[in-house]
Amino acid sequence: MTDHPAEHTAWGEPDAAPAPAAPAAVTPADAADAARLVAFGLQPKLQPARDQEYGELLRRYREDPPFARLADAVATGLGLVVLEVSPRAGMAVTAAEDSVFAVRMGDYARRAAADSTDRFLHGLAHLAVATMAFPRPEDLADDGYIGRVTVNGVDAFVRQACRRLEERAEEAGENTDPATDAPGLEAAWRVWARRSSTGATKDARRLAGSTTGIVGKAVAFLTDSGFLQRTGDDSGGTYRTTARYQLQVRDMAGSAAMAELLELGVVPVTDGSATLLPPDETDDLELVADAGLPFHS
Amino acid sequence: MTSPAVPDTAPSQLSAGPRPAPGPAADEGLARRLRALACTAPLHDLDARKANLAGEYSVYAMAEVALSAIDLVTLNMDFDTGADHEQIVARLLPRVAAQAPHRPAAEHERVARWVLENLINVGSVDRGFRAVYGTFDPDGTYVRRDYDFKLIEEVPGYGGGVYLRTTDEAVNVLVGALDTDVTSAQIAAEVKLEVLISRGRLADAQLAAEQARYRTVQYSETLRKALDATRRNVRAVDWLRAVPDMIAEALDHVADRYRHENAILTNIRKARDESEDPEQKRRAAELVDIVKDCIRRHTQLQSRLLEAGPLFRAEQDRQAFATPAARAGLDLYGQLLAPLLPLPAERATRVTDAYFTHGTGLRTPVSVRVGDLVDILLTPPMEREHLGAEMPEPDLVATPDDSRFSEEQLAAAMELLALPPDAPRRLSGLLADARRQDPELPYLVALLAVHAASPPVGTAYRQGEERLLFAVDDGTELDDPEFGGADLVVGTALLDAAGMAADRTEAA
Repeated sequence: MTDHPAEHTAWGEPDAAPAPAAPAAVTPADAADAARLVAFGLQPKLQPARDQEYGELLRRYREDPPFARLADAVATGLGLVVLEVSPRAGMAVTAAEDSVFAVRMGDYARRAAADSTDRFLHGLAHLAVATMAFPRPEDLADDGYIGRVTVNGVDAFVRQACRRLEERAEEAGENTDPATDAPGLEAAWRVWARRSSTGATKDARRLAGSTTGIVGKAVAFLTDSGFLQRTGDDSGGTYRTTARYQLQVRDMAGSAAMAELLELGVVPVTDGSATLLPPDETDDLELVADAGLPFHS
Repeated sequence: MTSPAVPDTAPSQLSAGPRPAPGPAADEGLARRLRALACTAPLHDLDARKANLAGEYSVYAMAEVALSAIDLVTLNMDFDTGADHEQIVARLLPRVAAQAPHRPAAEHERVARWVLENLINVGSVDRGFRAVYGTFDPDGTYVRRDYDFKLIEEVPGYGGGVYLRTTDEAVNVLVGALDTDVTSAQIAAEVKLEVLISRGRLADAQLAAEQARYRTVQYSETLRKALDATRRNVRAVDWLRAVPDMIAEALDHVADRYRHENAILTNIRKARDESEDPEQKRRAAELVDIVKDCIRRHTQLQSRLLEAGPLFRAEQDRQAFATPAARAGLDLYGQLLAPLLPLPAERATRVTDAYFTHGTGLRTPVSVRVGDLVDILLTPPMEREHLGAEMPEPDLVATPDDSRFSEEQLAAAMELLALPPDAPRRLSGLLADARRQDPELPYLVALLAVHAASPPVGTAYRQGEERLLFAVDDGTELDDPEFGGADLVVGTALLDAAGMAADRTEAA
């Protein structure tokens, strides 16, 4: 399994090698080293501190600018985006859109390809995991921050947000039940709230279609991507984030989703301070059945 | 909850002549009632569908079993998790069996499981129900809407288990009109309970006590959700005023209820013990159980409340007192998730898709060579070892016996100290006796005597010990060549083990 990336970069090598040939003489050995560094980057679970050669190549990347340009060119040629090259994150590369390395929803979850509801739930699960991992803007910006998430915690967090929206709709006297013939117009929060959070199965595994099942799949996948590390089994599985995950969310996913949201005409206005604040009205704290604490918007 | 439409809008609609649509305001009450009606549909449906089951099941009253299942789950819902699936089935069985006593037990269990699974609606992907109803839009068009609801839902518990909880819809079907103020309802129920007990009307009192327990369960449920939200994010919650107020209020509530219920408990115990009528006695005994359960739930609630403060301080240390970051990051919740959730699903999917594509990282595609493929396909499957690897024989090294005293010495010392309860002895005499047997023995006897100086009476009592060695210092100096200190009076106390056992059954 682990030798596949090496094979790929071996194929990519001839394309990239001739490109930056201008100033200093680039030897085939340099190109091989640059490709090897990218190959290390393609093994996201490999830690630079654990591999001497990897660490050596990272040092060279930082100290030898022509070599750095060569490695960048190799990565770009392969359809990769370089997020950061540092001792903590290693050669953090990610797939550019339409690259052979990109993950497609259809490959990720077979049901999601056919069912738009499942497609949405899987996407939302990934966004919710990131939100729980970096609950405040400072957490996402702070390079030293390590987020912790649990599967049940993510589900509960989204449900809480959904409940808050439900309450608000009720207060406004809106009827949120969707029209029967237009499922696509149903409010997004209802889709999550409606799905059961877990379910008993015959073989004691997590029900794949339940929301904890969907979140569980997301964190397992992110763990394979080297974005999360499993730390325990409590609350459906506990995980902590890696430097790569922070980079990926901050530099790639967050901005891409933001751009899409803006294109839909939704402009969330904040002043950069925390948005998870208590609401102005305090009467929310009355103990009404099913209330929970005010979560805000 | 099924209140009719607002009256002052109705006449204006009527005067509008033959207009077919009564407008959304009047329609809202209708919609609410339709939804309430829909919640009962799964129960009727059970009786309608029992004919389709393989076998003759018409003897069973399925709606009755279903209602009692909802009842059981509500009562067995715990603070942290929910009701256990198997336990609910087991408790349903007596009722199912009573409906058809001559049928085999396996069939009873099948019926109980069938009802429970249908209340969860295991077959659907959402594990819920959907009812379709129609309303008029503000512009007068008739729209059919989907109403999704659950009766019993499955929630994750500790250790990956799945537990059952009843939803608010189900509780409404069960007891009705629970969306009143929890606190006042609870107080009312308990005042009523006290009055009923003092008048000796135990049948009514039991009903009231059960209602009070519903309230208690609902109250702790509300608080559980509140504390969960607190644990997720300190800033989501107003820790300056609102939450401390709420915690203080809840603690007051617990203290109040605890006092109250203990008083009730004493009253019912009296009623139970003094009553001649066996029916009265039985009801009182049941009431004792219910009130004890209420007290247990309150204690649980209180321990949760006490954990809230330290949790907040720890989270505050972590979040608020850190040095602020130099650059502002993207606020995932405020700028992405929160604006996303109210959007229509179709549009929201575009955003989540964009996030997914850019947020999942990379996968190295697997490329297959034909040569490898042939090898892989021709490799026989690995034999699985059922027993795992063989355990190596542990290499045990005998540790040298470095005890100060031997077993025989201990036995001799215990024999010396096995004093009759009515004849305690002085330590000096015991030491002299011991020295005659074995020069080492006095040390052990002295050690045991010192240990007996403050014996753990409570522990021994709880463990049902019948006798306990004790030693008392009455001020006499010990005159001994090897030891100094007080010449203790050593004796044996008899404990009332039988009385203890009786007390224990009483308390349980």
